[in-house]
Amino acid sequence: MTEPQHPELVPLSIHDMTVAYQRRPVIWDIDFDAPAGSLIAIVGPNGAGKSTLIKASLDLVPKVSGDVLVFGEPYRAQRGRVAYVPQRSSVDWDFPVSALDVAAMGLYRHIGWFRPVTRRYRQEALAALDRVGMADFANRQISHLSGGQQQRVFLARALAQNADLYLMDEPFAGVDATTERAIVGILQELRASGRTALVVHHDLQTAPEYFDHVVLLNMRLVASGPMETAFTQENLRRTFGGKLPLLDQVGNRMAGGERT
Amino acid sequence: MTAGRLGPFLLMCVAMFLGLGGLPILAASVADTEQSHLQRVLLLQDYNTRVVLLGTTLLGISGGVIGVFMLLRKRSLIADVVGHSALPGIAMAFILCEAARPGIGRNVPLLMLGAALAGLLGAVLVMVIDGFSRTKSDAAMAIVLSTFYGLGTALLTVVQHLPTASAAGLKDYLNGKTASLVASDVWVFAICSAVLLFVTALLFKELTLLCFDKEFAAAEGWPVFRLDALLTALVVGITILGMQSVGLLLVVAVLIIPASAARFWSNGIRSLTIISGTIGGLSAACGTIISALYPRIAAGAVIVLSGTAFFVVSMLFGRQRGLIWTVLEARRMQRRIGRHDLLRAAYEIVEADCCPDRHQVPSDAQLLNALFSHDQLIAMRTWSARRVRQLVQSACQHELLIPVGGSLRLTPEGAALARRAVRNHRLWELYLITFAEVAPSRVDRAADRIEHVLEPDVIRQLELRLTAQQTAAVPQSPHD
Repeated sequence: MTEPQHPELVPLSIHDMTVAYQRRPVIWDIDFDAPAGSLIAIVGPNGAGKSTLIKASLDLVPKVSGDVLVFGEPYRAQRGRVAYVPQRSSVDWDFPVSALDVAAMGLYRHIGWFRPVTRRYRQEALAALDRVGMADFANRQISHLSGGQQQRVFLARALAQNADLYLMDEPFAGVDATTERAIVGILQELRASGRTALVVHHDLQTAPEYFDHVVLLNMRLVASGPMETAFTQENLRRTFGGKLPLLDQVGNRMAGGERT
Repeated sequence: MTAGRLGPFLLMCVAMFLGLGGLPILAASVADTEQSHLQRVLLLQDYNTRVVLLGTTLLGISGGVIGVFMLLRKRSLIADVVGHSALPGIAMAFILCEAARPGIGRNVPLLMLGAALAGLLGAVLVMVIDGFSRTKSDAAMAIVLSTFYGLGTALLTVVQHLPTASAAGLKDYLNGKTASLVASDVWVFAICSAVLLFVTALLFKELTLLCFDKEFAAAEGWPVFRLDALLTALVVGITILGMQSVGLLLVVAVLIIPASAARFWSNGIRSLTIISGTIGGLSAACGTIISALYPRIAAGAVIVLSGTAFFVVSMLFGRQRGLIWTVLEARRMQRRIGRHDLLRAAYEIVEADCCPDRHQVPSDAQLLNALFSHDQLIAMRTWSARRVRQLVQSACQHELLIPVGGSLRLTPEGAALARRAVRNHRLWELYLITFAEVAPSRVDRAADRIEHVLEPDVIRQLELRLTAQQTAAVPQSPHD
């Protein structure tokens, strides 16, 4: 892969990355440059290392080899420009905080050590909740929210960070139609303002509709690029190994050039 | 709201009950000495009692506050590990001091240092075993705890055979003995407790984030490992401070019981922390006073049991999922659903009467004028005559039905509610049939709350279908 000419313009540049848990490699030799201002779906079967790709990019799991540059610099130096939306199931939703408290967590880095969350920051957090249609639920304890609402609170926390690169792990998993629309709306807003989002996505049907780029991953990078060229039946078959009943359906839709 | 004020009131009652734990004795005993002892304790006339009370109360408060984070970090038992692991540290410190200069073995600051180091080592070992081997954390804790405690007991046996008299008090650290506290030590403890409290308050937001979402915190660049270590250090601090009053074996209770009790009163971390600190302080104070009255009972045990009293009351009466409220809520809910079922049955009777094919909806006048009997209602569902009588009574109390002679009639409110309940129920059934593949995740919701569960456009769509199908095949209610 050739080095990009202006690395500081590439939101996320992964070079030759391998990650292993204990002795078992999870992802191998990943080479990938995220184009700026695009919505990128990370697609692959279970255990393909989709979450690991994101976590390794954020230094949450150690890399065996390779490096990751965020806008041309190591992630450490660019944390302020990256927002992370973990999987909803990764936290205990019975935690005694309100939706507003969670959204405000996106501002903690900005607030800094020891300082309390003042009214100004609460206003910012409320604005973020408003963007995902959750302002009315700001003071509700998070265990009293539905799954989709919880997901939107997580999204609000990331929006409060006002980042340039968003990494989201399965935001569409098990959410209701309202939430799905809200997330899609936010993604489009992000793209319109020149931000980039890398989203782990499990639904092949909606992937071409919601995203413009795709990363097909199955422990190795099978293909990546614009939806039209990379999201082909052949590439999907190589990614999923023909395991997927939906495959032909998707293939037909792609072949017919149909985009609903 | 009166229910909201009930909580603090009940907790105060417990505090007073515990605080006045000596009153029965007062009534029973006429001995002068005993009465004057009681007076001295209750009126805090002894300087030493006052200072000890201050020390244990501060310990209780900071234990309660730090315990909130241990509870939320799901590390409750780490405190137990630290407490048990401190024992060999105390014994080792004693042996080393005796070896260096015989007779100074019971040097409290050095013993505390030994305890702190050993406790910290125990906690670190748990994390190492948990993180780097396939042994899970609960097993790791059991292994470390028993190993260190075993080692400590063995070392204590060695200590007892040393030719020195000062070893006698070492065992007091296991179960606590406030009587052995000296005012000068307690001042140090009080200051240390205040420092721990201050550190926790300062890092409130950071610790909250760590406990809620460690991964996000790490991605944001917060030093999660160091914050975790700090939390453990705070627990070690509480353990060391509590060593002489509650004792090493029970120090876990000072951290976890107040926080667990407070969870029944609050759903917000700020108020949770305040309540937990208050309960911790109150139970420590009550425990100290009781143990001053009955010096033969181990102080640690009394403090812990006072905390337990708060916990039990909270578990029963707590506004947030306390047992009694939960039961009441469930019963109220069941009665409401029962009344709705009854009204639906009434509606269906009227409907079957005036529009047998369900070709149109019964009018308001038809609903309001129709008379029906108990027996007709009983026939509508598989419920007993007694159950129907109860439901009718409840519906009459809520002014949804009026008895007219031997029969019943719907009130305007009852008719409106019946209409809505039937509509919601039919929409819900239609939803389950139409969207069968997505519905299972939502079937646990009450049918009468359909507006809260489904999106407005789905409901509109369903309503259109229901109207379209009104003439054709509306699904029969499964209860028919």
